[in-house]
Amino acid sequence: MNAGHILLEATNIDVRRGGARVLDVPRFCLREGEVVCLVGPNGSGKTTLLLTLCCLLERQAGELVFKSRPIADRRAILGFRRSTATVFQEPLLFDATVYDNVASGLKIRGIPRQAIRQRVEQNLDRFRIGHLAKRAARKLSGGEAQRASLARAFATGPEILFLDEPFSALDPPTREALLDDLNHIFRETGITVVMSSHDQTEALRLAGAMAVMRQGRVVQAGTPEEIINFPADEFVASFVGMGTVLTGRVIHAEKGTVRVAVADTTIECVGEAAVGQQVTLCLRPENVTLALPARHDGDSARNHFTGTITRIIPMGHFLKVQLDCGFFLSTHITYHSREALRLSEGSAVAVSFKATAVHMISHA
Amino acid sequence: MDLIFQGIWQALVLLFTLDPETWSITLLSLEVSGAATLVSLIIGMSAGICLALADFRGKKLLVSIINTGMGLPPVVVGLFVTIFLWRNGPLGFLGMLYTPGAIILAQAVIATPIVAGITVAAIQNLPRNLRLQILALGATRLQMIWLLMREARLPLLAAVMAGFGGVISEVGASIMVGGNIKGYTRVLTTATVMETGKGNFDIAIALGIILLILTFAVNYILTLVQQHDRPR
Repeated sequence: MNAGHILLEATNIDVRRGGARVLDVPRFCLREGEVVCLVGPNGSGKTTLLLTLCCLLERQAGELVFKSRPIADRRAILGFRRSTATVFQEPLLFDATVYDNVASGLKIRGIPRQAIRQRVEQNLDRFRIGHLAKRAARKLSGGEAQRASLARAFATGPEILFLDEPFSALDPPTREALLDDLNHIFRETGITVVMSSHDQTEALRLAGAMAVMRQGRVVQAGTPEEIINFPADEFVASFVGMGTVLTGRVIHAEKGTVRVAVADTTIECVGEAAVGQQVTLCLRPENVTLALPARHDGDSARNHFTGTITRIIPMGHFLKVQLDCGFFLSTHITYHSREALRLSEGSAVAVSFKATAVHMISHA
Repeated sequence: MDLIFQGIWQALVLLFTLDPETWSITLLSLEVSGAATLVSLIIGMSAGICLALADFRGKKLLVSIINTGMGLPPVVVGLFVTIFLWRNGPLGFLGMLYTPGAIILAQAVIATPIVAGITVAAIQNLPRNLRLQILALGATRLQMIWLLMREARLPLLAAVMAGFGGVISEVGASIMVGGNIKGYTRVLTTATVMETGKGNFDIAIALGIILLILTFAVNYILTLVQQHDRPR
């Protein structure tokens, strides 16, 4: 992953809006061939960071270095913009044909007509919109328009591609198809990408690195697996879909196994912590098993509780179940299991999860 | 009704017999209003684009002043231009009063806020991120302005039409600063006013029809330009 050398480096980035600091990033490095996804809730600063990195946003302070050269004056900024490409959430196509749109970045660079034709056609095919070349851009569907916008970006042969929430305006099937195609294109071209998204599943699908943002700061950076399985704090944990986040105090620690007092009960988990230490426990909903109270033994899980279902929330393909086991717990079940176990709000259930399924965050 | 048919007949006669006086009046109208529109485009569009792209305190106030200017009464403009060009006025040394140049000046004053106002609206109506997208495509500042104007070409050509329409049909300022001098500053509107006053309704109607045809022809050409190279 970190094999490539540093392509773009940002240091001490400070962006303010109306006096308030909206971005505070001491250092951000982008390596060649890396696909980085900035994630975070709305207003966390991911778009601001992305637009700052592609030199489209004024900053109070901070330095950008592209291929060991600082992007300082107007010439350098123009040169940098011509070596990169940016795709926004809205396709922002010109009122012209799809062909002319895909050609626009090349025309701006003054590339000869013949060379333009070849590169436009190649990229129309790459994004499967060759048949739309002569169509008016304003008559495209949302997915087609975003493909045209991506083809326009790729046509200039960028060294870095910036994507600002490129899928968030698309319906699920269109988004799926585009995600698949982009994943393939990223691998095929080995292009360096910075994208932003409020959906961590997009990051998992496309990115090899992820940076979680909150209030203008990067709170955790790493591979998507690291962040999803080992979130650095409660915020990251709840953002990446840890259904249950609990705080407690360590009462017993031995050989990598820790017992934590949470509310009136004890939860066992794997990790290193000192007795008396304050810790946060995270548990993914899919790692929690529900059963009827009568037969709750016979599995290898170390944590067994009985609880009451407080809420059942339909989530589309599955149901989210909230439980009161003396502490709050959340899990997912299928419609089929709800019927089989005859679960409803108020039902008593047996709950179990493995000690290894609990991710422990220790506080200093 | 007879009067109108007579007028129409008279108009056709004047047009097709190539009546020299009618033709010179028509040509002068076209020249004067065309020049005034051109001046207003250069000043109004530049000002409108700068205003739309810039961000500063008092921008809203300035835009409202321009929008108010879109409805400037021609007689008020005529009055002030006359005062300015008056022999002992601030611009009196130019000796421009009662010349075609004075009409161009007055009409340009009328058309500039119209063009500027529509330009501001046209550029501001483009998606906000389009400017960033164009810069991200590697455009210089001039290329960005050109591409924004291309994107806004429908409303911008409407601005040209509104500006030209405003001045070709305007009479108050032209008569005040031009003086309706035969063969020198007489344009279609001032001639129509005069002929109506004299009771020569047939000639007045004829001049009115020529004015309509002229306005239509110019707008038709502009519309062709406007709709040109827009993909279907």
